[in-house]
Amino acid sequence: MSAQGYLFPNLIHFGRLLRNLGLDAQAGRMLDVAEALAHVDIGRRADFYHTLQTLLVRRAQDLPMFDEAFRAFWRPPRGERTTQDLRALGERRRFAPPEVDVPPSRRSDQAASDREEPLLRVEQVEALSYSARRVSRTKDFATFSDAEIAQARAAIASLDWELGSRITRRWRSGTGPTIDIRRAVRHNLRFGGELVVLPRRTRRTRTRPLVLLCDVSGSMERYSRMLLHFVHGLANRLDRVETFLFSTTLTRVTHRLARRGVDTVVPTLPRHVPDWAGGTRIGEILRQFNIDWARRVMGHAPVVLLISDGWDRGAPERLGAEMARLQRRCHRLIWLNPLLGSPRYRPLTRGMQAALPWIDDFMPVHNLTSLDQLAVHLSRLPARRPARRGLPMTA
Amino acid sequence: MVDDAPPTQASFPSSIDELQALLADALYVADRGLATSIYLALRLRRPLLLEGEAGVGKTEVAKVLATAFDTELIRLQCYEGLDVTHAVYEWNYARQLLEIRLREAGGAVDPAAVAADLFGPEFLIKRPLLRALEAPGDRPPVLLIDELDRADEEFEGYLLELLSDYQVTIPELGTIRAATPPIVIITSNRTRELHDALKRRCLYWWIDYPDFEKEYRIITDKVPEAPARLAEQVTRFVQELRTAELYKVSGISETLDWIAALVALDRHELDHETIDETLGLVLKTQEDLEAIRGERAQALFERSLLPAS
Repeated sequence: MSAQGYLFPNLIHFGRLLRNLGLDAQAGRMLDVAEALAHVDIGRRADFYHTLQTLLVRRAQDLPMFDEAFRAFWRPPRGERTTQDLRALGERRRFAPPEVDVPPSRRSDQAASDREEPLLRVEQVEALSYSARRVSRTKDFATFSDAEIAQARAAIASLDWELGSRITRRWRSGTGPTIDIRRAVRHNLRFGGELVVLPRRTRRTRTRPLVLLCDVSGSMERYSRMLLHFVHGLANRLDRVETFLFSTTLTRVTHRLARRGVDTVVPTLPRHVPDWAGGTRIGEILRQFNIDWARRVMGHAPVVLLISDGWDRGAPERLGAEMARLQRRCHRLIWLNPLLGSPRYRPLTRGMQAALPWIDDFMPVHNLTSLDQLAVHLSRLPARRPARRGLPMTA
Repeated sequence: MVDDAPPTQASFPSSIDELQALLADALYVADRGLATSIYLALRLRRPLLLEGEAGVGKTEVAKVLATAFDTELIRLQCYEGLDVTHAVYEWNYARQLLEIRLREAGGAVDPAAVAADLFGPEFLIKRPLLRALEAPGDRPPVLLIDELDRADEEFEGYLLELLSDYQVTIPELGTIRAATPPIVIITSNRTRELHDALKRRCLYWWIDYPDFEKEYRIITDKVPEAPARLAEQVTRFVQELRTAELYKVSGISETLDWIAALVALDRHELDHETIDETLGLVLKTQEDLEAIRGERAQALFERSLLPAS
């Protein structure tokens, strides 16, 4: 049948299109598809579609992309040949990579701003030749000049971050309290089964994960430049870090930070966060986080760093309730507030008041010394969760 | 690679329609897409990875397949710290120690011979994965690896090996290979992303919340004693409820619990009071319950009564 003859080359093209769109459809997989198609009636468009889907899509978030590509590529026969569409679709995506970070169920079609101009200016770091030019460790970030920012960046990049580890349920041989019975039997065979040596085992440990939630709304603007460098440094120094930025909406930037150096990635961040420097309703943001992301990123009892000045335009009750929920799911909830660096600052805003009961540590983040202190604090976190108050009965 | 029409697949359905009918007989409503992926998993002898929110019927697929093909269901529930000794095999230490004593009493103690005997098949405790490989070839069992996202990443690596060759190696015994690969269903709640390498081995399907028609059919199939009007109202209400912003959206199992409870309470239709009294069967977190109960539940109920436009 002539239709069969066209099919395979078209499958190869389709596979290439999917790869351009960021799906993991290697060539070997297309052979599986060809094999699978022998088992279904390819005259039925739905079966054909489902067969390709079940073999070529591996993540729920890729489904809409697959659907779009399928529609564009496998058009009913009346349409034009598809080479042009194919290229156009592939190219467009190459320049604006798909937002892999949108949670699947609540994809909102907000147009990400297309401004090419970086909103943040980042100066090139000059090599610091002598220590006299070192930037003051106690000067407030908000008062930094561009030159000082450049110097402080080097200092931030050199900070060592260390998070405690958590004990997993897996075992390894070691000097723990329990006997490794499997090895005990084996080792003692040579003594005729008399238990002479007792190998022991202990729980394996893993680095504790970290979740960063950083406020980049208007009121934080003076600090954003420095704090993003701090966030980038943390994300690159530690193993398992999930990073989110928020203003009016919450945006996951974990992958963006992982990929490139600080010079390339930090200036581009504003482009990916809708309404950068807008107002924020922290309660709503946390709700969005708790609903859309918590199950996926709060798995192994992470430490959560929430960076914000607490200027909240939303309802304080909402903020309190969401903080309570967030706290319950993490190992330690630490609020970093740049304003706390000022001796005159009192956390009196209604939002801050509502949030305070649900915070494990409330710390400043306004100068290099405060970052040093944070590093020390994180490295000495106790293995147990701190004592906390119970949840309020009504949300 | 795969022989054409091996005798063991004779009992497998020969078309998607046939499979769909088979599932329907076992009271499982599978839409065309899901049926296609199950069918292909059977045909290509690949594991099927099912993802979806809690309570959409992922685990049920494995159970229903076992029933439909009249074969054994071997289930491995994953959890953090799951390792080879709980998933594949473990030596029976108590028996081993006892055996050593018995032989001592009998006087024959050649350590090498004892060692060889002690690590023989009769001292092996078989866990689910090994049992699935050892099942008789004429009727491959259904192997359900449930909630794989709960297990550690290392375990996934191990599984990968097992799923590509359908064999395991026990150092003391040698390699055990499946006569016929089991039908493998893996489920994940997506609390984390699974490894690409593992996904590559599998066919993948995302099970969504059911639409009205599907859920209504499931309810009337599973709880046939429910009055038609009640079944329809409950389905519509639950469908509305899923559009509300909730921490924990209710799945099909909750709907089934609810309607069973309503039937037990001898209700013939929904009303505000009934909803408020029994909403705890559908919403399982305190926050959601507080937020929905009362006025919002009423509003959702009113909306669900409107004819669909």
